[in-house]
Amino acid sequence: MTQAVRQLQVGRVGELVPRVDAPPKVKGEFAYASDLVVPGMLWGHTLRSPWSHARIVSIDISEAVSMPGVHAVLTHDDVPGQKTYGLEFPDQPVLAIDRVLYYGEPVALVAAEHPEQARRAADRIRVEYEPLEPVADMERALDSPDLHPEKPTRGHGYREDDRANVVRHLVIRHGDPDAEGDVSVSGYYEVGSQDQAFLGPESGLAVPDGEGGVDIYVATQWLHVDRAQVAPCLDLPLEQVRIHLAGVGGAFGGREDLSMQIHGALLALHTSRPVKIVYDREESFTGHVHRHPARMWCEHRARRDGKLVNVRFRILLDGGAYASSSTAVASNAASFALGPYESPNALIESTAVYTNNPPCGAMRGFGAVQTCFAAEAQMDRLAAALGIDPVELRLLNALKPGDVLPTGQAITGSMPVAECIRAAAALAPPAPEPLPRDVIRLPGGAGNTTNGDGVRRGVGFAVGFKNIAYSEGFDDYCAARVRLSPDAWAEVHCAAAEVGQGVTGVILQVARTELGIDDVRLAPGQTATVESAGSASASRMTWMAAGAVRDACRAALEEQARRPGEEVDVERIYRHPRTTPLDPETGQITGERAHVAFATCAMKVVTEVDVDLGLTRVVWIGAAQDVGRAVNPQQVEGQIEGGTAQGLGLALMEEIQTRDGLITNASFTDYLIPTALDMPPVESVLIEDPEPDAPYGVKGVGEPPTVVSSAAIASALRDATGRELTRIPVRPDDICL
Amino acid sequence: MDVLTPTTLVEALRLKAEHPDAWAIQGGTDLMVALNFDRARPERVLNLNEVRELRGFTRQNGSLRLASGLTYAEIEHGELRDELPALAEASRTVGSPQIRNRGTIGGNLGTASPAGDAIPPLAVERAEVECASVRGTRRVPVTDFITGVKRNALEQDELITAVWLSPSRAPQTFMKIGPRNAMVIAVVSLAVAADDELRACFGSAAPRPVLVTAPRDEASSFPERVAEAAAPIDDVRGSERYRRHALRVLTERALKRVLA
Repeated sequence: MTQAVRQLQVGRVGELVPRVDAPPKVKGEFAYASDLVVPGMLWGHTLRSPWSHARIVSIDISEAVSMPGVHAVLTHDDVPGQKTYGLEFPDQPVLAIDRVLYYGEPVALVAAEHPEQARRAADRIRVEYEPLEPVADMERALDSPDLHPEKPTRGHGYREDDRANVVRHLVIRHGDPDAEGDVSVSGYYEVGSQDQAFLGPESGLAVPDGEGGVDIYVATQWLHVDRAQVAPCLDLPLEQVRIHLAGVGGAFGGREDLSMQIHGALLALHTSRPVKIVYDREESFTGHVHRHPARMWCEHRARRDGKLVNVRFRILLDGGAYASSSTAVASNAASFALGPYESPNALIESTAVYTNNPPCGAMRGFGAVQTCFAAEAQMDRLAAALGIDPVELRLLNALKPGDVLPTGQAITGSMPVAECIRAAAALAPPAPEPLPRDVIRLPGGAGNTTNGDGVRRGVGFAVGFKNIAYSEGFDDYCAARVRLSPDAWAEVHCAAAEVGQGVTGVILQVARTELGIDDVRLAPGQTATVESAGSASASRMTWMAAGAVRDACRAALEEQARRPGEEVDVERIYRHPRTTPLDPETGQITGERAHVAFATCAMKVVTEVDVDLGLTRVVWIGAAQDVGRAVNPQQVEGQIEGGTAQGLGLALMEEIQTRDGLITNASFTDYLIPTALDMPPVESVLIEDPEPDAPYGVKGVGEPPTVVSSAAIASALRDATGRELTRIPVRPDDICL
Repeated sequence: MDVLTPTTLVEALRLKAEHPDAWAIQGGTDLMVALNFDRARPERVLNLNEVRELRGFTRQNGSLRLASGLTYAEIEHGELRDELPALAEASRTVGSPQIRNRGTIGGNLGTASPAGDAIPPLAVERAEVECASVRGTRRVPVTDFITGVKRNALEQDELITAVWLSPSRAPQTFMKIGPRNAMVIAVVSLAVAADDELRACFGSAAPRPVLVTAPRDEASSFPERVAEAAAPIDDVRGSERYRRHALRVLTERALKRVLA
């Protein structure tokens, strides 16, 4: 049950340390949440809505409860505490009450001896639905019936907006929003809905403690926020709900919101048996939030010499059925809409709406991905309109310390945008490979569709940036506890979720660096033994965990100096510089800053495109990323490659398709993610410009490559095809028809 | 669910006659997906993996008899690749190496998906499917064997035991379009062979395979003829318009290869 205490051999901050979890993961020995087993456990299954919008007339469980092996069938009547929950706004029912708002919304739960029995019983639950017209289009949502007339996001300091289905409407006014330039370029852009597509589906195990409480072992991103949402629904005090981190098979934002946590606990407490829930792949597509599909209208005005004068940007985001983190995504999309460029004037409007489409929330890049795609396409258009080299245009406008963002926030920390641009631009792509070649090194790959016919090469360039850590006044902190023995070993407790990004190694490197000893262990992550670490999200975990572990180690050393020869045990909480909310009317900062810090990535991409068939091959990617300071350079490069691959997927193939809110490609047969043949080699340059406010000068590194790679690949495809390509993923039809 | 595991063909045919509802399984790359996704719950499964007669291939009087358990990996890497190059190319496009080690041509025909990758190359070689039962065996041309989307001409008590063909030795090729560069289900696929006549058959562009033929000297109009013979639809994998366009382009390119 308990995870083995993990240990690294060597390694201090800045050293290349091989990952301890890599060999077991490659060999199939790593225990993921879906591998959890305890004697006597039952299997839970979730009955989900087949409709995207319907009224529930009745639920009849009588036949299901009498099925063989079934121990419990639960509906909303069986939720003892709060009937709704939510990451930021409790607008989502634990189990549907009188209506369903999206395809796959949980309606009832079954626990049975065998998962097949649970599924069979769920089939026998008779739910009578009265289908309603779905709000399926984000632009029509504002004129449709209000899905949440009670307006769950109102009263949180956002701009008042009485229109139907508005989750958040944000306007940033900077300088003179009507300022004219010598040249203007306009465009309309769309981004489809991407899935996190983590390989380890949602899974966990809930174990009743026999005293009314429950232990939940689950793959998640933030243990303590799970507990804060689970306990009130179970009507339990926080201490009686203990969340333990189980092996996580990828997260990318999709495990910020709850999946099986409350459901598993309800079944376990009801049956007094451990209950395991594992989603299958199809269920996983409805089991977590996705990247917001976006529509964007942009106008860039510039002087003849290329200097931006005014940027006008309107963003519409489809938040789907519930709020999740849409308010923050809408704000982030607006904050980073211009890209890392200085403009004295701007008008940015961002709106997230409710629809009956799949709920959207956090995903790697968090709003900045969508706007980067549009903004960088606009910069290329502007360069073409002015006859200026696209790289020169970007350098001319690059943000630097001292510049002011459209929110009025001055850049006080590290902002090496020009350095990133120059470094990426200086990378030399390989020369075109001569023909004939093995088809797997041509567009279309193993499909054998060309020997070189129709193939054109294109080079693209893009720059993207986003914030590190939580913003707009969120009380963002991380705790760490250090037990330091006089025998020169230490045990670190930190609830930072290891989601595959490698924070485990970071924590150990920091502790060894501070304590000056090698024998440092990391205790299993759980809520009971240490305060919150915050979320493994927003590219914040390295910074925050490093800060907390550093402070706890230093405190432990001080304590040990006071009590020589004794074991000491201290806990410390680290906070990054405080942020404050944006003014709801002007979108301007109300304090010194709305965002903590920023990280940039510039990318050069070479693609080959079969212009007759619309098939593509990304040949090479060169990236220069602003990383503050690399705690472990190998892991940083791994994040750049992985983040690039995820952006490549969005650029070329990854999209959740829906019809009237119903997902039509909920499988890895039809929702495709890049294979090794789709992903090119990535040449990475790490720009180390220490962040003054961060421990060791670190910055988060997970998101910037995802923010920019979709835009950079699209730019290369435009160069190869001469087409506008204003929508991602780019479909073959967009290139050749 | 009962799993019946015969070790001889005679036993397999007897079991199929006794249990016509039993689903035949060979590599399991289709059936196991259906089971795992809870899309099928057959009462019985007839496991053919232990039937030696269904392995490999044999030659008889200039004809090839490909047993139904012949895997894509065996076609891709074995001696058949010289005699059946389009089928070998098609085999290389199937799934991942793991899938190609398990998947069989018998399974491809049994599933009868319009996207079945083995079907177009077999059709342009005018292959015949051997269907066997305790009543005897019969042969059905591939294009007649597939009767519709996931439907075939197999009788309830029959098993697919082999595919027969006489290699034409004609220059031939197979091409397949997918949204990524490996491991895809065909958005559209095409096999073309050229000797005295031009022969083409496509996948994912009609409910059942159609063999399109033309005299060799009508190569210039052949791409249009192939595109016209298709009956593609719009679905999550591609549009009707794209599929027809791609068939024209693929046929032009295939002709360049096989007429070179």
